[in-house]
Amino acid sequence: MPEDKSLKSNENAPDDDLVVSVRGLRNQFGSLVVHDGLDLDLRRGEILGVVGGSGTGKSVLLHSIIGLHKPNAGKIKVFGRDQAGLSRQEMKEARGEWGVLFQEGALFSSLTVAQNVQVPLREYFDLSPRLMKEIAAYKIAMVGLAAHAGPKYPSEISGGMKRRAGLARALALDPDLVFLDEPTAGLDPIGAAAFDEMILSLRDTLGLTVFLVTHDLDTLFTSCDRIAVLAEKKVIVTGTVDELLAYDHPWVKDYFHGPRSRAAQKARGR
Amino acid sequence: MDRVAPSAENQDHDRLSADRPGLDLDGRGDVLRLVACGRWVIAQANALEEIVAGVKPMTQSKAEIDLTALTGLDTVGAWLLYRLQTQLEKDEITVDFRFRDERQKRILAQIIKSNVACDIEPPEEPGLLKLIEEIGLATVSLVTNFGALLSFLGNVFARILDSILNPSRIRLNPLVHQMEVVGLRSLPIVGLISFLIGAVIVNQGAVQLRQFGAEILVVDMVSIGVLRELGVLLTSIIVAGRSGSAFAAQIGSMVMREEVAALKTLGISPIDVLVLPRFVAMALVLPLLTFFADVMGLLGGGLMAWVTLDIAPFQFLNRMGDLSLLSELYIGLIKSVFFAGVISISGCFQGLSAKGTAESLGQNTTTAVVESIFLVIVLDAFFAIFFTTIGW
Repeated sequence: MPEDKSLKSNENAPDDDLVVSVRGLRNQFGSLVVHDGLDLDLRRGEILGVVGGSGTGKSVLLHSIIGLHKPNAGKIKVFGRDQAGLSRQEMKEARGEWGVLFQEGALFSSLTVAQNVQVPLREYFDLSPRLMKEIAAYKIAMVGLAAHAGPKYPSEISGGMKRRAGLARALALDPDLVFLDEPTAGLDPIGAAAFDEMILSLRDTLGLTVFLVTHDLDTLFTSCDRIAVLAEKKVIVTGTVDELLAYDHPWVKDYFHGPRSRAAQKARGR
Repeated sequence: MDRVAPSAENQDHDRLSADRPGLDLDGRGDVLRLVACGRWVIAQANALEEIVAGVKPMTQSKAEIDLTALTGLDTVGAWLLYRLQTQLEKDEITVDFRFRDERQKRILAQIIKSNVACDIEPPEEPGLLKLIEEIGLATVSLVTNFGALLSFLGNVFARILDSILNPSRIRLNPLVHQMEVVGLRSLPIVGLISFLIGAVIVNQGAVQLRQFGAEILVVDMVSIGVLRELGVLLTSIIVAGRSGSAFAAQIGSMVMREEVAALKTLGISPIDVLVLPRFVAMALVLPLLTFFADVMGLLGGGLMAWVTLDIAPFQFLNRMGDLSLLSELYIGLIKSVFFAGVISISGCFQGLSAKGTAESLGQNTTTAVVESIFLVIVLDAFFAIFFTTIGW
């Protein structure tokens, strides 16, 4: 794709197709080691699902990549750029290249939905008021929210709408990479399925690369190209659903052959 | 061929000329050809807006926008292409796009699908109407709040009575814990502040009294002032800021996480487990703290008198013995019990009436502190009149 708008091509990057690469990550809280020697790759244009039992450090991994948590050791590259030792300015630029959707959306409660979407635009660019208004409006429509949601405050909208609004804010700067932290947790099945569908369609339209932390088996089976399993302080296996179904590891087996997983597979006609 | 170029000012942002967006106009044929080039992305938005606004229709009734030479296109670029299309269509020119690949087509289709205008801020009512509405809302909330506070107070006293009748139901552990948190841990700050204020009063009073040669009267001033008013007032205000706010925040966050609802479903009264220990602990501890503040204030005053006025400690104590200070001490301690009630009730009430959002929790905590300090001072004024009237 010659017109792919993204990468500042980096000669040092060995593999230009790797959007995120984590090598030898180590995270430790006191005597509790969460990650030790964790490796993870995220390729351009894929939706990577990250799963793992409670307490295996999915959120810590996400926070390490997006720079909210400083790892004890290891190398994290995003778009071929080492995240350690960035200057303040570089760090800000890096933040503009990806969007993050937190659990529950994490909308700023004192701003309306539309103003929330405008926050990154205001911070990074000096746009005309007309364009600002138009961008907020089409982003809100793009994530499937009705226009009347725009001038509402986060406390006035439902949980599913908050996720969508959060996604609109994450997509405000047209990033190539988005991180989604359990986007469908706590949504009703219809809302969750609609959200999965929207992620897929936006990925196809906008050419997004998606890092998806989830527990939702339906999301894993419908949306994810590859799935990374966190266990024993590292990513024990990464692969497609079929590869993981055949993988021999007690936790992976329990996870992908449990009753809920079978039900989800049946629904997908696997 | 014409080129619609952005102004020099906007071009300064472009570092690479290949990135610079542009639009070539070719109006020679039957069809007006617009060839877009460069990167049509958000970073170039201002230049792009200018380019789009600069396109003037010519004689043709058909236009073709050619995107095959684009090196980048994101949704903002697509939006501006769409704006260009609508702008041309307004002049009754039909517009066709020439895409290089599926992706461009999909982005533009997505944008056209998403063309829904939406408001940024909620509609604002006209000024006068809004004023009237706000006054009405404030009145209603004042009345309902007062009613809720009264019912809460009644509830608390009913539970206290109940506890006195069944002492086995008093929860000792949380009571002792609250006494430690409210009382013991605020000793240092209460002591330090009282000590300093006592010293300052003597220091400042001496300057005035020296003019009359009546330095010894500073003893009257500091002992009556500290025992009757300052000790209890300072302690109450510090405790309101320290513990009143903590009560509101602790209970409020429990409401937010539905812990209070869980208590109710288990048949446990939140007033029993959350309010009473705090209320009783505060009522027991605030008089003690007040006494401690009195002692520290007198100590500070005595020390300052000794150092700056050469009034030796035994002189100071002698003079104090001449005054009938016991009633002053009692006044301070009696007041402290009432202030304790005001602080804990207002903190707990605000906590229990938190609404579930983080913002309301913060607001309620602020209200708890402001309300309790305000009520403490108002109550103090009433007590001043009362005790003067009965001749204490």
